Amino acid sequence: MTRTLLLLLLIGRAFAADVTFDRILRAPQEPQNWLTHSGSVLSQRHSPLQDITPENVKDLELQWIFQARSLEKFEATPLVVDGIMYTVQAPNDVVAMDAATGRIFWIYSYRPSPDSRPCCGRVNRGLAILGDTLFMATLDAHLIAIDTKTGALNWNVQVAKPEAGYAMSVAPLVIKDKVIIGTAGGEYGIRGFIAAHDAKTGKEAWRFYTIPGPGEPGHETWPAGTDAWEHGGASIWVTGSYDPETNLTFWGVGNPGPDWNSDERPGDNLYSDSVVALDADTGKLKWHYQFTPHDDWDYDSTQIPVLADITWQGKPRKVMMWANRNGFFYILDRITGQYLMGKPFVDVTWATGIDETGRPIRAPGMAPTREGVTVSPGVQGGTNWYSPSYSPRTGLFYVPTWASYTSSFTKTPAKYEAGRSFTGGSPRSIVPSIRYPQVNNRNPADGYGAVRAIDPLTGERKWEFKMADVTDAGILTTASDVLFSGGRDGYFYALDARNGELLWKVNVGAGVASGPISYSVGGRQYIAVTAGSSLFTYALRK
Amino acid sequence: MLRRLPLLLLAYSLTLASLLAQHGYTPADVEDGGRLFRANCANCHGPDGNFIPGIDLGRNRFKTASTDSDLVRVIRIGVPGTAMPPNNYSEFQATTIVAYLRSMAADEARAGALGGDPARGKTWYEKSDCATCHRVKGVGSRQGPDLTEIGAIRRAGELERSLLEPDAEVLQASRLLQIAAKDGITVTGIMLNQDAFSVQILDTKDQLRSIPRDTIRDQSFVTKSPMPSYRDKLNAQELADLVSYLASLKGAAAP
Repeated sequence: MTRTLLLLLLIGRAFAADVTFDRILRAPQEPQNWLTHSGSVLSQRHSPLQDITPENVKDLELQWIFQARSLEKFEATPLVVDGIMYTVQAPNDVVAMDAATGRIFWIYSYRPSPDSRPCCGRVNRGLAILGDTLFMATLDAHLIAIDTKTGALNWNVQVAKPEAGYAMSVAPLVIKDKVIIGTAGGEYGIRGFIAAHDAKTGKEAWRFYTIPGPGEPGHETWPAGTDAWEHGGASIWVTGSYDPETNLTFWGVGNPGPDWNSDERPGDNLYSDSVVALDADTGKLKWHYQFTPHDDWDYDSTQIPVLADITWQGKPRKVMMWANRNGFFYILDRITGQYLMGKPFVDVTWATGIDETGRPIRAPGMAPTREGVTVSPGVQGGTNWYSPSYSPRTGLFYVPTWASYTSSFTKTPAKYEAGRSFTGGSPRSIVPSIRYPQVNNRNPADGYGAVRAIDPLTGERKWEFKMADVTDAGILTTASDVLFSGGRDGYFYALDARNGELLWKVNVGAGVASGPISYSVGGRQYIAVTAGSSLFTYALRK
Repeated sequence: MLRRLPLLLLAYSLTLASLLAQHGYTPADVEDGGRLFRANCANCHGPDGNFIPGIDLGRNRFKTASTDSDLVRVIRIGVPGTAMPPNNYSEFQATTIVAYLRSMAADEARAGALGGDPARGKTWYEKSDCATCHRVKGVGSRQGPDLTEIGAIRRAGELERSLLEPDAEVLQASRLLQIAAKDGITVTGIMLNQDAFSVQILDTKDQLRSIPRDTIRDQSFVTKSPMPSYRDKLNAQELADLVSYLASLKGAAAP
């Protein structure tokens, strides 16, 4: 058996085959590779590799560094296919490297139109692959297809108008023969959508608007007789997940616009701040669940939907786990969308709880005012786009957390003008939202970062690993119970996934703002992570 | 029809030879000048030299210069009061750029002599064996240069020359490297990158490979192009059609 496996691995190395969708579906059976943004279509960001253990992780040493020719935050999760690593140098350069040495094979440079106007950095979160083609969603809202072997462009289609505030930073998701993407622009009054494009030609196969148009169910959650729905945001900027058994793809939807002044958009504002479950072939809505109806605080639900099969109240159940920016941790039935549980994982003051139907009970006096209202969680949320992880071994859900964190939310007038900022306010926090100061002399009681381990059966916190600064880092767990993450402190570290004990750390010199991955080449396990504008890889000392 | 090609070629050879003789430029001068032109001049003037209104470098229509020495002077000191800056070229470097400009005009004159039809050229491309080595918009082999954007980076005259005399100029990015490993295996591929310890290639089986130098016994570039000459396979019209098709490939636009 071992010999056969070894032989297969050797063949795999010598004759790297195209990445079929079947391979992506069975990604956990190829632990040496990282074939899709979150490691598998279930998005658990959990590696089956187990050579690096809690006992030997202290022997990790630096193998190579890729220094991007860009000072933007390096938010991309790389893909690894049979010894080749593919990633994105911000904003939109695709790089192919030897995953064992970091030597570059080729670079494809795409120069986004100067019309693009991303709200929060010229960043990109990574690629998708199918066959011998890589897919990148660009800052100026194009979807492009590139040859894996040469970096040559296969096709380039415009998905939306950058001058109207549409931008793409999301890593696409491949399902069958389609590439699924969505556009950012929730701060520019876009009308968000999720779209599937044919992987061969780039032609759009379906489009699902995250704000229903006239006559569609949900349109009544926007004010009648106005055009608020046409520029109500509900953007997409974090990758979805896929359940092959139901052929449903799940995507988290961003905030309604204007963000902090909801006067002109009374109603629940579907499908902002929701998860939508779409038929992957047609884009038809199967169900939705809205985490924050009529959002006043920019609580995008742009988190990775984590899918798992667990024993829920004594019975096997197919669930979705979701630590939301609004501060609650949720369990939903992923077949029906039924709300099963919602409990705060950080301090929450905007709601007093969630009723049995799954609707939050809003606390009075928490909507933004001209003078400012202090609300928890603050504007960046209890968590944000940072990839969480679920370990089927420990049965725990791990979430990058902003704890003890508030903002003062102010409301200002907002008038829609195409391509202009459309936010209606300016929240203020002691903790900077997006900037990373190089020194931190704040009081941690005003907001600190943590990895929190949550028991999905109860919503209770099992343990916490505290950082001095907040964190934008995703989390990776492995089948040997090692957890990797980092934060704005500039450390990358390994924890024991069972109890949160610190096992190893390294100062990588700048904030970690992506999810780590693990892969192997020639039987040797590697860990890769980005910090600042560089990518670092580690392996056990030989 | 076929008979016209040798005549055309003869004319081509005579034109180029007489041009070069007349100005005293060698093909190496033209090649060096082309590199400088693409790296420095094409940013403002465009790959065909016609981006600035009133100036068409590819057809040798200039505003202030006419002789070669005028051109060398303009290239080196610029044109005061315009966007044309002074450039830090040696006299020799500026002369190679002029050599390239002169060859562009000669190519242009020839290409214009016989109108090509890109649609017929596409048909010829598709029914012949081009795709066994080349690739357009994701279709075809990776062994030869990808042609998806070839019309944006090579001029008609250069494309024609590549079809007739493939060995005349092999672009650096298309050069094949032959590696003899210490274990006796020979690997050939396009050289992509290298450092003191390893060489990165795309081998002839379409595999990206990083080869440690300590496993290499010997390595050398293949000086000749693997592409056969199409001198005897195309008549003059077919050649013009094919060139006009290749010149029309300016990137992978929307479907």
